[in-house]
Amino acid sequence: MQYMGIEGDRLHFSWISSAESTKFVRVVSEVCAKVKALGPNQHFVKKEAKVA
Amino acid sequence: MSTYTENIRAIAQRLLKSCQVELVIGFRKGTQPMMNEPCFVSTPDAVDQLVWDSNCGINLANYLTNRTEKIGIVAKGCDSRNIVTHILENKIKREQLVIIGVPCQGMIDKRRIAAETQGEILEVAESDEQIIVKTREGRQTFAKADVLQQNCSVCIHRNPVIYDELTADLVTEQSDVDPYADVRELETLNSEEKWNYFEELLAPCIRCYACRNACPLCYCPTCFVDESKPQWLGKSQDTMDVRTFHFLRAFHCAGRCTDCGACERACPVGINMRLLTKKLNKDCFALYGWEAGLSLDTRPALDIYQTNDPEDFIK
Repeated sequence: MQYMGIEGDRLHFSWISSAESTKFVRVVSEVCAKVKALGPNQHFVKKEAKVA
Repeated sequence: MSTYTENIRAIAQRLLKSCQVELVIGFRKGTQPMMNEPCFVSTPDAVDQLVWDSNCGINLANYLTNRTEKIGIVAKGCDSRNIVTHILENKIKREQLVIIGVPCQGMIDKRRIAAETQGEILEVAESDEQIIVKTREGRQTFAKADVLQQNCSVCIHRNPVIYDELTADLVTEQSDVDPYADVRELETLNSEEKWNYFEELLAPCIRCYACRNACPLCYCPTCFVDESKPQWLGKSQDTMDVRTFHFLRAFHCAGRCTDCGACERACPVGINMRLLTKKLNKDCFALYGWEAGLSLDTRPALDIYQTNDPEDFIK
């Protein structure tokens, strides 16, 4: 994704057990903070179908 | 080169006469210069159609998928690696095949020659290191090394990796080339520049799927782009749909692609979609030390679990 031009911070991978509630909270907060810092996504958005 | 052709014909004739195979898949001259086409020979007296020159860039492994008869197949380095991949993926059995290995000296880039030639090309001949192009106006000579397909110029697996017959002595592999120089260069760009680069690269795409059809890896009975229930992506020329197609096709080839260049060669508008597949080849090599189709004894990188598989990206 990064190679194609999507900012690295938009895509996150995490392995969280259902028992790890605190980890879940931490990861979600981190992801939110990073994505907010990047601002709204401009790429890979299909605005409206083009009709030829 | 002419000895290659003679040897291929002789081997094909022997295999067909002795009924070791029912069919030999090779190349014959196309109706236009520099456009050799795949050829299926099933009788010994038809072997004279078979040829070998620097226009045999199509990947013949593409024609093996799910076949049931015994087949002799002409295979250069990349074809043989795709045959290995086919065998590993149970698309054909090793026992069905007699592989006629061709030590490859690289294929020429028909687009480059057409662009650098004045006037219509009537005939293309070649001697050892030279390509002679005849037009109505006269003739032009190119050094073969200057007009190789890009993937051939950086190829490090020219010799077939498996074969039963060999048409010539093995060639020396290139060792002073960097197959991933172009990918590395792209990696240095920032996100915006990367996005725009691919936007421009894929802009001429007409979604004809010639790249997919020429690719020996793309053998799914129904391709994800053709599915309608569910419809994974739009069928329009929308840049997002075009990009999703190329991007996902590349992912489907991850750890399987041999960079044979059949996709780029087949593209009617000359898009270098190999930049996407090659990035995944590079990553596969860096992360798992894996290059596709080199051995029948190892399972592909994305097919097995190893305790040292990289997992730093999972937080």
